[in-house]
Amino acid sequence: MSQAVISSNVAPPSARNSAMRRLARRNSTTAFLLTLPLILLILCLVVYPFLYAVYLSMLNKRQTRFVWLDNFTFLLGRETFWDVVFQSVLFAVTAVLLKAMIGFILAHVLHALPAKGQRKWRGMLLVPWVIPPAISTLAWWWLFDPSYSAFNWALAGIGVDPVPWLGATGWARFSVILVNVWYGSPFFMIMYLAALKSVPDQLYEASAIDGASGWQKLRYVTFPMMRNIISITVLFSLIVTFANFDIVRILTNGGPQDSTHVFATYAFQVGIQSGDIPLGASVSLFMFPLLAIFAIFTLRGVNKRTKEMS
Amino acid sequence: MSSTAASPTPFVPAEIKHGSLKNERRWAMIGAYIALAVFVLFFMIPPFHMLMTSLKSSAEIADLSGNPWIVRSPTLSNYWELLTQGNYMIHFRNSVIVTVCTVLISMIISTMAAFALARMKFWGSATLATGVFLTYLVPETLLFIPMFQIVGSLGLYNNLWAMVLIFPTLTVPFCTWIMIGYFASIPKELDEAALIDGASHIQMLLKIFIPVALPGILAAMIFAFTVSWAAFIYPIAFLVSSDQMVLTVGIVSDLIRADTFQWGKIMAGALMAALPPLLVYAFLMDYYIAGLTAGATKG
Repeated sequence: MSQAVISSNVAPPSARNSAMRRLARRNSTTAFLLTLPLILLILCLVVYPFLYAVYLSMLNKRQTRFVWLDNFTFLLGRETFWDVVFQSVLFAVTAVLLKAMIGFILAHVLHALPAKGQRKWRGMLLVPWVIPPAISTLAWWWLFDPSYSAFNWALAGIGVDPVPWLGATGWARFSVILVNVWYGSPFFMIMYLAALKSVPDQLYEASAIDGASGWQKLRYVTFPMMRNIISITVLFSLIVTFANFDIVRILTNGGPQDSTHVFATYAFQVGIQSGDIPLGASVSLFMFPLLAIFAIFTLRGVNKRTKEMS
Repeated sequence: MSSTAASPTPFVPAEIKHGSLKNERRWAMIGAYIALAVFVLFFMIPPFHMLMTSLKSSAEIADLSGNPWIVRSPTLSNYWELLTQGNYMIHFRNSVIVTVCTVLISMIISTMAAFALARMKFWGSATLATGVFLTYLVPETLLFIPMFQIVGSLGLYNNLWAMVLIFPTLTVPFCTWIMIGYFASIPKELDEAALIDGASHIQMLLKIFIPVALPGILAAMIFAFTVSWAAFIYPIAFLVSSDQMVLTVGIVSDLIRADTFQWGKIMAGALMAALPPLLVYAFLMDYYIAGLTAGATKG
């Protein structure tokens, strides 16, 4: 009886069907309108500029003639360009390894502290990452100043000769990596700390009962549980570090003798400062294959993690 | 402790084992604090030296005989001069304008899109979500040269508003991505209740999703704020006259004339420029960190 009452209140099946269809249509229209600004933004300001960069890179300097791959072959024949490739890889790999190691150590040390003190220390350790790098690098620049370097003053105190922080190739390479490590380690620390907190305590208790040493716990419990986060963070950081601009630009502007140029600063110098836009576009496009590989692996890691979490 | 209780060997006196464990723990703790202190020292050197230099007069900076790490006769003249003369306040205002506009635009675009992507399955929604994440991974250094041409052809070269147009590309993908995560974690029962009460999708977004996901929205806002306050390559490539510059490029361009570096003022300016993100961080640390880690752990 109640069945009859209900069905009498509802529209006949065919009408209900079309109403549903209208609702669905309205739904997808709403969804389309809601995502339209995002789609437009991605198409107009990311996809289009990228395709435009590919087009630009095949023009001559005055952008009057199509020269196909001449800009790319020209770059491949230049020694400076190969220095840039070498330095970019050295910079990214060394900096990311150091950041990952320091971040891992700090996360572990912090995780071992009682919760109350942890917050305070974590707060201080995150400061380098909160200050905009373009601004904190100014402080480093001043610390590396050839005549007023406060580091050299301190080194003189223990009888060490002044170091040409930004003046000699080896030291300049060291300095840009140091600043990048200073800026980026807290990011790794906080990512690992979040991951460490998500490892269930029972696993450690179980391994303790089985008589695992500290190293074994790290090797067989912590690492496998954090592997995904570690790979996501490292890949993401590789992308960001490889494409870094501000630190090198402010500290050395590529010098001495173009030995610290990375792709981004070299593209800036060639494309914007020297006015050869097509050549600059081809320099930055050389980053694309590596970045694409890193990005695909990052995406895979994140997707895997999403599946694990749900 | 629990292992002592569970230990099947009654011959080992409990106190000794207990004591050595405690001792071991104590040494581990001391080691931990030493490691932390070393890194805090390393991390704090630049900001500390920045502060010291900003309090010195030009004469004291130029004097090589003293200890550069401490200030002997502190003065606020660097700060005072920046605030009253020159273009520093204009740069600060420009940074505020650009950042406020960028945050607003990013939040509107990404809240709407995240709502649609988290709740309405439509044709291509999964592809779009993946596309958003990949866009987030595109660094700005890959696109600044074509962007330079595009901005020029729009007549926006050396114009502050070009930044408002471009900065959302840096913020929107990540904001959308983390908000998809936050919205997806809202129980479906809430939507169903709203639908039964006759709410439209827009009402559902405004009355349920935004209030419930407020912590996520705040985290996304902080992210957008940080990114647009810190942006460097677009301003340095597109802004050339001082009255259009934002802080990240203005400090250097105005205080370095040929070979004269006004280090005291540069450091004072840098410190004041770092203050807004530091303050936001100090008061909203948990949201700040949530926003950062959500990208990898939630979405």
